[in-house]
Amino acid sequence: MTEPMYRAHVAVCAGTWCKALDEADLAEAMLAEISRRGLAEEVRVVRTGCRGFCSVGPVAVIYPEGIFYCRVGMPDIAEIVEETLVKGRIVHRLLYAEPETQRRLPRYEEIPFYSKQVRIALRNCGVINPDLIEEYIARGGYEALGKALTTMTPEQVIDAVKQSGLRGRGGAGFPTGLKWEFTRKAPGDIKYLICNADEGDPGAFMDRSILEGDPHSVLEGMAIAAYAIGAREGYIYCRAEYPLAVQRLKAAIAQAKEYGLLGERILGTDFSFDLRVKEGAGAFVCGEETALIASIEGRRGEPRPRPPFPAVSGLWGKPTNINNVETWANVPPILSQGPEWFASIGTERSKGTKVFALSG
Amino acid sequence: MSETRTLRSLDDLRRLREEAHREIRVREATGTKIIVGMGTCGIAAGAREVMRAVMDELAARNIEAHVTTVGCIGMCAQEPLVDIVQAGASRITYGKVKPEMVPRIIAEHLVQGQPVEEWVVGQTTSF
Ligand SMILES: Cc1cc2nc3c(=O)[nH]c(=O)nc-3n(C[C@H](O)[C@H](O)[C@H](O)COP(=O)(O)O)c2cc1C
Repeated sequence: MTEPMYRAHVAVCAGTWCKALDEADLAEAMLAEISRRGLAEEVRVVRTGCRGFCSVGPVAVIYPEGIFYCRVGMPDIAEIVEETLVKGRIVHRLLYAEPETQRRLPRYEEIPFYSKQVRIALRNCGVINPDLIEEYIARGGYEALGKALTTMTPEQVIDAVKQSGLRGRGGAGFPTGLKWEFTRKAPGDIKYLICNADEGDPGAFMDRSILEGDPHSVLEGMAIAAYAIGAREGYIYCRAEYPLAVQRLKAAIAQAKEYGLLGERILGTDFSFDLRVKEGAGAFVCGEETALIASIEGRRGEPRPRPPFPAVSGLWGKPTNINNVETWANVPPILSQGPEWFASIGTERSKGTKVFALSG
Repeated sequence: MSETRTLRSLDDLRRLREEAHREIRVREATGTKIIVGMGTCGIAAGAREVMRAVMDELAARNIEAHVTTVGCIGMCAQEPLVDIVQAGASRITYGKVKPEMVPRIIAEHLVQGQPVEEWVVGQTTSF
């Protein structure tokens, strides 16, 4: 390998919230200081998506130790580089303090907010650079798609999703595998997939975290479903108020196409699937699936009575499978780690994990 | 974009994954840590050159280990100091390490599991 091997990574949050706090671009300033100290070949700065603990942001995590620094500002950068990156010492004043005891916790795994979480849909958020498909692949990304395409029939994929007990994360909680089966069985040659990324509920940012922090997890989930359902085209309907999410999705789609993970003959198989991003028009009601479909078609975003359900007659009257962002992001781990594993997590009637957003 | 990046099979994907994984290894847990003393005493004695040699050697042999730094531990006369910490083994400290010594330390200690006794200046049981 000609690439230098870095001994340390500084992960700087580049989610919407931390970026908004950090007017001067921390990652850029960190990189400049690292270069100034002659560490550019040893220490890498990685811009990640949101880690979820926005109330202590902007956060920076120093690997390999996993040192978690909170509310990092420009004046802290020189000290972090000097103390932690050069000398291997912790800057105590930037550590997270446990609210009850004020005890400082150096590593993010020790912080209860993180140690109590099981992350499935958020598995890569805050850990990888969402603009680099290679980092997603390095964490096992697109392996589930490869497995589905080369070792499973479409029916087996649907069975696995059914067995996992995954239910829609968009609100109604409909069993995902069953919905896929309806769309697969609906008559018609042309079928569509839609990702509902409208996230209109005030204060909610679960879907935004995934889209900004790990867009490929959604793309991979959709490609797997396209194979299972028999669709060749899909849309991601993302609210225009999420410009960073739109930008990262578009970049992710372009990279996946470059690697042949979207587009024609994916991974050398006969399967082809293409995705495009459609920006929403800013109406809460467009998050409702029939209104959303009307909006993609260029009509007014108004719900219509169901049936017919989109699985039978959706986009341009064709069978259409619509799922929420978080639902899609759960699909690849279900295939790679197995439906039994997924079903072992969660409650009696709802399997897996659920992302929550607390605000206000 | 270029045709050359296209992955044509699951094996192609797995090869890319292996290569890409090297780049993010620093963010994942591993059982081996190499700690280079980077206090003023260490730097003056050549610790930075030693650390570069360690990193080059690890990259060349594709060994999974984390390289970290530590401030002065009070054994300045023995700097540059290099500690090797492995899960389930004692922490071994090498003293007066020079870049030329690094390949042998890595080959014998990390690859073969045999510390280079003659260069060891300290040993502590790790927890
Ligand atoms: C008024 C209204 C607004 C909705 N807004 C959203 C939304 O913002 N995001 C979403 O995923 N689902 C929303 N839904 C639910 C969708 O209609 C649909 O059930 C969901 O996208 C299906 O995906 P799932 O099965 O993966 O949950 C809304 C429903 C209604 C009635």
